[in-house]
Amino acid sequence: MRKIESVSDLEKWKENILKKQQQYEMVLSVCGGTGCHAYGCKKVRDQFAKALGKSSNRKVRLRFTGCRGLCERGPIVTIQPQGIFYQRVQEKDVPLILSETVGKGKILDHLLYDDSVTKRKVNSEKEIPFYKAQNRLVLGNNGLLEPTKIEDYIAVGGYHALAKALLNMGPEQIIDEVKASGLRGRGGAGFPTGKKWEDCRRAPGDIKYIVCNCDEGDPGAYMDRSLLEGNPHSVLEGMIIGAYAIGGSHGYIYVRHEYPLASKNAETAIIQARKAGLLGKDILGSGFGFDVEIAKGGGAFVCGESTALIASIEGRVGEPRSKQIHTVEQGLWGKPTNLNNVETWANVPLIIKEGSEWFSSIGTERSKGTKIFSLVGKVKNTGLVEVPMGITLKKIIFEIGGGQQDGKRIKAVQTGGPSGGCIPASLFDLPVDFDSLTGVGSMMGSGGMIVMDEGTCMVDVAKYFVHFLQEESCGKCLPCREGLKRMGEILDNIAEGKGDEESLSLLEELAEVVADTSLCGLGKTAANPVLSALRYFRPEFEAHIRQRRCPAVVCTSLIQYSISEADCTGCGACAKVCPIQAITGEKKKSHRIHLDLCSKCGSCKDVCKSSAVTVQ
Amino acid sequence: MDFEQVGKIIDKHQEKRTALISILHDIQDRYHHLPEEALRKVASRLKMDLNDVYGVATFYKSFSLAPQGKHSVTLCLGTACHVRGGPKMLREMKNLLEIDPGQTTQDQLFSLNVVNCLGVCAIGPVMLVDGKFYGEMNPIKARKIIEKIGKNKRKNGVKS
Repeated sequence: MRKIESVSDLEKWKENILKKQQQYEMVLSVCGGTGCHAYGCKKVRDQFAKALGKSSNRKVRLRFTGCRGLCERGPIVTIQPQGIFYQRVQEKDVPLILSETVGKGKILDHLLYDDSVTKRKVNSEKEIPFYKAQNRLVLGNNGLLEPTKIEDYIAVGGYHALAKALLNMGPEQIIDEVKASGLRGRGGAGFPTGKKWEDCRRAPGDIKYIVCNCDEGDPGAYMDRSLLEGNPHSVLEGMIIGAYAIGGSHGYIYVRHEYPLASKNAETAIIQARKAGLLGKDILGSGFGFDVEIAKGGGAFVCGESTALIASIEGRVGEPRSKQIHTVEQGLWGKPTNLNNVETWANVPLIIKEGSEWFSSIGTERSKGTKIFSLVGKVKNTGLVEVPMGITLKKIIFEIGGGQQDGKRIKAVQTGGPSGGCIPASLFDLPVDFDSLTGVGSMMGSGGMIVMDEGTCMVDVAKYFVHFLQEESCGKCLPCREGLKRMGEILDNIAEGKGDEESLSLLEELAEVVADTSLCGLGKTAANPVLSALRYFRPEFEAHIRQRRCPAVVCTSLIQYSISEADCTGCGACAKVCPIQAITGEKKKSHRIHLDLCSKCGSCKDVCKSSAVTVQ
Repeated sequence: MDFEQVGKIIDKHQEKRTALISILHDIQDRYHHLPEEALRKVASRLKMDLNDVYGVATFYKSFSLAPQGKHSVTLCLGTACHVRGGPKMLREMKNLLEIDPGQTTQDQLFSLNVVNCLGVCAIGPVMLVDGKFYGEMNPIKARKIIEKIGKNKRKNGVKS
């Protein structure tokens, strides 16, 4: 790779890459996202590589891409230019795909997506309902490139926004463009990005730092992971543009320890960009210099908070500090620091390339562009979805997500992670944007959307989040450290059937105190999951307190498993699977559960073919 | 235990204080925990107070001061895994291995850990065994995976 020193160099490079790519008649893309990895995509890819390596067929290119979104149907294989979409591909399917589809152009029915609504097999990605209603501006390129190949990124127009920014625009002009686009921070708080950049640019200081937050601690959200894993150059390009606009000379990408592939791919991208002259001194011959390195996290949720993250990069304990002085003025080592989330950075090249007018034409009045959500939990199609702001929850959950998973009615969706709340199904007509979600007691957060059905207990969910936050509280300030602990105790009591009439009012009072008096965002928003659950699902809490009953049959202290004599065939499957031998019975005769031994793991219910095991 | 590698790891990170967390990660990858001797060496080479190094080593959940077992079993307890039966998985693993999260079995074969999200939310509940992800788990499937590893290893004898 030779150094790119001008726009014409970049154009020439792109032309050469495209010419090379045109030699291939077909591109086989195997999804290499983490979800597909769990389903064995690496074996599928290796099998393809082996078979293609052997044959004299040099017209087919094999590509190992980043996450394609529909993780639940992995491993996913697509074939271009035909646009064929195969799902749940296994090793044994590889020879068949090569001989039939690649060789003869025949489509293999058993690998196609089955649309459960129309009962039709669907050939291409575009026709799958999961993708149809999406607008994959940021995520879309994941399927078109191999994350470890900078050439693939250049081929889809990568680093052209950077060239435009460095050579045709001044720093202020870039900031004005980002401001005009209406882009707001995708990490959760939704702060206007252009405004932040402007503040950092204006802050006095000779050295300024640029930080990319890939801590993504919100449980149930993984879009940042998939972006940094699948398209690291887009994040890098955004950061370089930002650095030029702000006047930053050095950058960090802070990656969670749980995301090893994301840091590896980001590291590779940094090395490639340096070699190509897109990082380092005198980028594209503009005179501007900037470099980036990776900083790794250590598994602390609070480090998603900007001041804690900065402490962590400095090699210290990740405790937040008061934000009277903002990080744009005093951040890393006391220098002005501009911190944005992965998805925010990845939006920047799009805005520069296509213009703010185009960007702001998508979305609502105050929330522009698209947002990536991780649609997970009790919904049929789980995965990453990118939709224009303002789309309704109903459309996301029922049209894209395909609705309920296993016969149980969907009752709520949790957004915003531990800082957000549960939104009941009655409010599913709500448009998804920063302000509407906050208005109903939740928040956008980084984009987790966890669907809950009748089998989800809201007391259990509230308890889960409070314990989560209690464990992740850094312990620096008292309201968060102690308050959450006491809230957890009250919720434990309710879940065990030991709550009383005062429990709920005490819980509400405590939640408000924690929210009002905590130091950082972790504590300030900690009340949301509890208060929203109480606001919309109070009868469930009352059932636990007054009738000692868990309506969703989740809270183990309040439920009991039993075997119906009439339905039991005596097959013995339950007794075999029971981990503590709490089930006895003779063969072909009705079995019974010894309640004093039963650990309520539910395995017996899972294996019973005649639905004789019931739980109440 | 040979601590020569610790010096090499610190060299690799150019003795940078900023790299403390990365250094500790590398040490943990090599020794399966953070031995006291290694922390002392890190403190002296980075010219830091041992208390501060210890503070970092105990603040972040990824680090362990106690030796970890040969096989690591990590359960995801993120929200998506939670609503799909994560707690059942935890109960099963605690029963099966007879340890709590953060502990290691007496024969040093398994360490059980929980994390708040592994970022593979679409296919929960998720279990991570020695770096390999297992999706759509239930207690029965999980038990089989662990028992298979345990059987093979115990049969062949455990090398400490």
